[in-house]
Amino acid sequence: MTRSKGKTHQVQAGDSGGNYVGKAVRRKEDDRLLRGLGRYVDDIDPARQLHASVVRSMVANARITNIDVEAARSAPGVHLVLTGRDLGDLNEPLPLLAGHPSLIAAKTQRPLAVDRVRYVGEAVALIVADTRYLAEDAAELISIDYDILDPVVDLGEASSTSAAVHDDVPGNVAGVVTDGVGDPDSVFASAPYTAKLRLSLERTGGMPMETRGVLADWDPRERMLRVWDSTQAPVAIKHGLCRMFGLSSQQVEVIAPDVGGGFGTKIMLFYPEEVLVPFAARALGRPVKWIEDRWEHFVSANQERGQIHDAEVAFDAEGTILAVRTNFVHDTGAYIPYGIAVPANTLTHVLGQYAVKNYAAKATILYTNKPPVSPYRGAGRPHAVFTMERLIRTVAAKLNMEPYEVRLRNLVPADAFPYDVGLTIDAPIRYDSGNYQAGFEKAIHHLDPAGFRKAQEEARARGRYLGMGICAYIESSGPGPYEGCAAKLTDAGTVVLDVATASQGQGHATSFAQIAADSLGAGIDDVVVRGGDSGKVDFGIGTFGSRSLLLAGNAVAVASERLRNKIAAYVSELFECSHDDLEFSEGQVSVKGAPGQSISLAAIAALANAYGYPVDKPLKDDPAVLEKLRERAANVATPPVFTEDGYFGVGQQLFGSGVHAAIVEVDPEVGAVDVQKYVLVHDCGVVVNPTIVEGQVLGGLVQGLGGALLEVLPFDEQGQPQATSFMDFRMPSIEGLPEIILDHVETPSPLNPLGVKGTGEAGAIPVAAVLAEAIEDALSPFNVFIDRMPLLPHQIANLVTQTPQEASIDDSGVVDAKSDEHK
Amino acid sequence: MTSNDTAQSAQVRCTVNGQAIERNVESRMLLSDFIRHELGLTGTHVGCEHGVCGACTVLVDGDSARACLMFAAQADGTEIETVESLASGDSLSPVQQAFSDQHGLQCGFCTPGILMSLTACMREAGCNREQMLSAVGGHICRCTGYVGISRAVDQVLAEGAEQDRGTES
Ligand code: FES
Ligand code: FES
Repeated sequence: MTRSKGKTHQVQAGDSGGNYVGKAVRRKEDDRLLRGLGRYVDDIDPARQLHASVVRSMVANARITNIDVEAARSAPGVHLVLTGRDLGDLNEPLPLLAGHPSLIAAKTQRPLAVDRVRYVGEAVALIVADTRYLAEDAAELISIDYDILDPVVDLGEASSTSAAVHDDVPGNVAGVVTDGVGDPDSVFASAPYTAKLRLSLERTGGMPMETRGVLADWDPRERMLRVWDSTQAPVAIKHGLCRMFGLSSQQVEVIAPDVGGGFGTKIMLFYPEEVLVPFAARALGRPVKWIEDRWEHFVSANQERGQIHDAEVAFDAEGTILAVRTNFVHDTGAYIPYGIAVPANTLTHVLGQYAVKNYAAKATILYTNKPPVSPYRGAGRPHAVFTMERLIRTVAAKLNMEPYEVRLRNLVPADAFPYDVGLTIDAPIRYDSGNYQAGFEKAIHHLDPAGFRKAQEEARARGRYLGMGICAYIESSGPGPYEGCAAKLTDAGTVVLDVATASQGQGHATSFAQIAADSLGAGIDDVVVRGGDSGKVDFGIGTFGSRSLLLAGNAVAVASERLRNKIAAYVSELFECSHDDLEFSEGQVSVKGAPGQSISLAAIAALANAYGYPVDKPLKDDPAVLEKLRERAANVATPPVFTEDGYFGVGQQLFGSGVHAAIVEVDPEVGAVDVQKYVLVHDCGVVVNPTIVEGQVLGGLVQGLGGALLEVLPFDEQGQPQATSFMDFRMPSIEGLPEIILDHVETPSPLNPLGVKGTGEAGAIPVAAVLAEAIEDALSPFNVFIDRMPLLPHQIANLVTQTPQEASIDDSGVVDAKSDEHK
Repeated sequence: MTSNDTAQSAQVRCTVNGQAIERNVESRMLLSDFIRHELGLTGTHVGCEHGVCGACTVLVDGDSARACLMFAAQADGTEIETVESLASGDSLSPVQQAFSDQHGLQCGFCTPGILMSLTACMREAGCNREQMLSAVGGHICRCTGYVGISRAVDQVLAEGAEQDRGTES
């Protein structure tokens, strides 16, 4: 096999014909970041700033019997020590998002624990001192007495243990969510074949390179709270702070400056520190900064992934899938800040690209004494794909087919869109567009399964174990309701776009500028995007769920279009022509076919304000035209203000999709997995910037590879986290990257003007499923069954050596795969 | 630094990006905190404070070093270079330019450290692809999947080869 590890081949996506949209425009944000001129929260050091340190629980489940802070209060440099009791009403449990009637016992965290701690890392006290060094010194002087309780650690036993995370929640059950379509029970009763698997995914986390951080400042003159927060949702944080602190929306400003990665981890509403630091700043009348250290990130930032599925499939002799059921437990940690969001995503993504008419899913959400769970890139979807694709592999094994043949046989046909899945958990699930066959065809073309099977056989003869896997996924994107944009033409001819969404590296400053530049005929350098500042746009939510380009991008398109119309109305009066005669190009508005009848955006903006621009010097426009403009401006009572708002919402989620395929080599002795080749074919509708999309998809892929082969956040029986530094939590490095082939299918979404769908999570979603299939295929001579992810080398080696060939299926968790006799 | 009677202080005299610096610091102050918060050079980032992620990498006497693993006091008498020294005026250094051309960054948090390691590597005579990748191997980037970074390395090498040919002929 020819190999070019670490090389990436991108098959170019289509070109939409715009000047910028569809082009690989160089990112506008890079120059600044490359010069070290980024501005992350900890880069901001206001005068008189103080520093906070959080005292955290060192035990997983305990009653607090006493907190002694006296020594800390008088420690050198200490200005303030806060416990829960000092916070008054502010220490009420924090908000619940994505609530649902099925949540019978929703518990959220208090900013500071008062009489009970429920995970190692839970905040108990806050210290503010002159320096972080002194704050940490003082933290050591705080003594907390605990009455230690048995912790709930193992997800599989969380509902049966006598230990309780919350005393009033029996069985640790936060809620039970169900959904389904058709009549799976009777199909299972009569189906020719059935199989049942137990499958699990373990906890991991987004692990952005910049930790969390909050800086707050209370200005007593303006009675104004200013907060800089490394968050994905500054506007939502602002509105929450307004309510919690009883301030109006003019009195709170939340800025997400440059944010060093988020991946879902930084969209929590709220983390305790996001309340504590503003409180301390207001109490002290000085800026207070808290920057999370990496240990804190490991123990107190939200995590995700833990689920165990008992999944079943019913199928016929041709490989048609007749019904699917899954009954799973979902680990929400000690609290459930995100309601049903993650397990609901799992429920609605299991069927994926497959046209299965009978389906039932039940999620039991369980509390454990671990950090709370909220969405991490993929957000419940990787679990769904892993479950379904493991079932399909079981069908294929039974029928002696290639798994991808079973997949092809069950795809939703290309002419079936829009396709109603029949699920209704939040809103009806309806796939807007897609061409799943095309995705498979391309993936198969790049992977060449027939050729691979030969290579595999030859390799085996030489004692080397190669395997392949091909899996498919869908990605719901763009959870609503809307996002907004204010577009403004300013006097230098610059178009300023204010959006509510913040960027954590997704390149909004570039993609959004491309959209507006095409609409207004402006140069890309003349469009400035300002995001992440709640002072600029009040309506909007944030960056998550692969929604920014879809919602904010279309809001940019709407606002730009309105601005264009406004400019056109103004200029058409000037030149006495109709709108349709005007052309917007290269920063000029011109009457088509009328040389000399042209005016620059810069001049329009400058001279719209009668006294705003007394000197024409930098303007290169025809003096006669400028004179005309100036005359008009001097004679109006209402000046034209070139600012327009636009909002966009879809009312349903849109569905991107894709097929991933991999070839791996496994060393059965040590369990090492070498991913040799990885093929991604994805469909996110129209691509605004192929470079940025490629970056999103491949970044997600490598994060997915880490999630499948390296990363796990284990806890011991006492609930003590076993991974608390980068020494015990390994992530992918540049070494060992596979050869990557990236290809596209483009089925524009009919539900938005740009035709786009989200793609932020696509890369990460199916990776665990693909690698499970490929590793299992490589080790097929050993008859192993992979029932869990991640899979670390020693686990793979154990599968090979310790599993007797016949019993392998039972040992690895297939509950009754052998009862699947032909009926 | 105020009001800590017990803190011992140390004198640091060093050169940072060509400028002579002389400061009194608390002995336990990390070099990363010194660079960022005393000197205001915030391009050097801190991702772990335990020497693994590489975000804090600077050059100390020409060698790449993790500023989170050194005390500021240990930098006494050294010459330090940070990411802020790489570009000259409008033009980016070849590594910076390659990162811009090849989409080698997303959030940009890991980037300065990687640029510094690669800069040190490129100053070594006969620096090859393997050495450059292994320099990047000491850094974690959580955003890019390293694809753009690896292409940036190729670009820098290709330009180097080009220049060599240019100077030979
Ligand atoms: S901050 Fe120094 S290596 Fe991570
Ligand atoms: S660009 Fe975000 S960590 Fe590397």
